[in-house]
Amino acid sequence: MADMQFSRELPLAGMMHGGPGVSISAAPEANRINLRAGDDALAGLSKGLGITLPKKPKTSASNGSRHALWIGPDEWLVIDEEGDPAADCAKVKAAHSAVDVSHRNTAILVSGPFAADVINAGCPQDLSLEIFPVGACSRTVFGKIEVVLYRTAEDAFRVECWRSFSDYAFEFLKDAARGA
Amino acid sequence: MLLIHCPYCEEKRPELEFRHAGEAHVARPADIANISDAEFAHYFFYRDNPKGVAYERWRHIHGCGRFFNAARDTISDKFLTTYKAGEPKPELVEAANENKAEAQKGNSAK
Ligand SMILES: [Zn+2]
Repeated sequence: MADMQFSRELPLAGMMHGGPGVSISAAPEANRINLRAGDDALAGLSKGLGITLPKKPKTSASNGSRHALWIGPDEWLVIDEEGDPAADCAKVKAAHSAVDVSHRNTAILVSGPFAADVINAGCPQDLSLEIFPVGACSRTVFGKIEVVLYRTAEDAFRVECWRSFSDYAFEFLKDAARGA
Repeated sequence: MLLIHCPYCEEKRPELEFRHAGEAHVARPADIANISDAEFAHYFFYRDNPKGVAYERWRHIHGCGRFFNAARDTISDKFLTTYKAGEPKPELVEAANENKAEAQKGNSAK
């Protein structure tokens, strides 16, 4: 049998849209885990991941390429474009659940002076800088789908969505960006 | 759109992120296998449906995912308060009266 080579392609690979006010593009591949854990496991997990898991609603913590986003009182989304958070959690003894969702999710990067306005076309949350500052993150709705929003800079957001909804999310953003 | 205070997210969030989950403080009978059909029907199907303050379960399904309880006035549709699951039912007679007075003020202004 001939040698076969397989490679994985992102659902939105190469997709890009831009105007003077906003640019929308597919984020590079990343490793991700959905982490569920009780208070007693937090110290061990934080040590294993090399990041202090945030306990305050709507906040995140970063260390190098790794970002831990508070999703709920016992739930975090950990994103890392270089390292493998699932492998790091596997070494932690304290009871927890770490589900690798690297390929369930994909992400869209939205940036530019109109980034918040474009996202607000489908998301009802207040994205003003006082209420949703840099580093803020939240699971929320975008049009008809659920997303995780993460503000990476004053004018830049990462929109994490499930891969089967990614076409919808991208087209919605593109449509919202008309004229921006 | 209503803004609903999530006691876990500690802020008001848009209604679209939430889902209603029925009446709150409905306790499951301890010996459910031995109760009569009538008692079971009472537990399972019968709801208060009050005009005024209603205690309801809500879920922040597209946010933190948590169930919590809310007291809502079914006349004005206003949320009087929300509180974490497992916390006792707050006494809200005053809040409800205030709400009623406010509604009356609104009516007489028309
Ligand atoms: Zn919440």
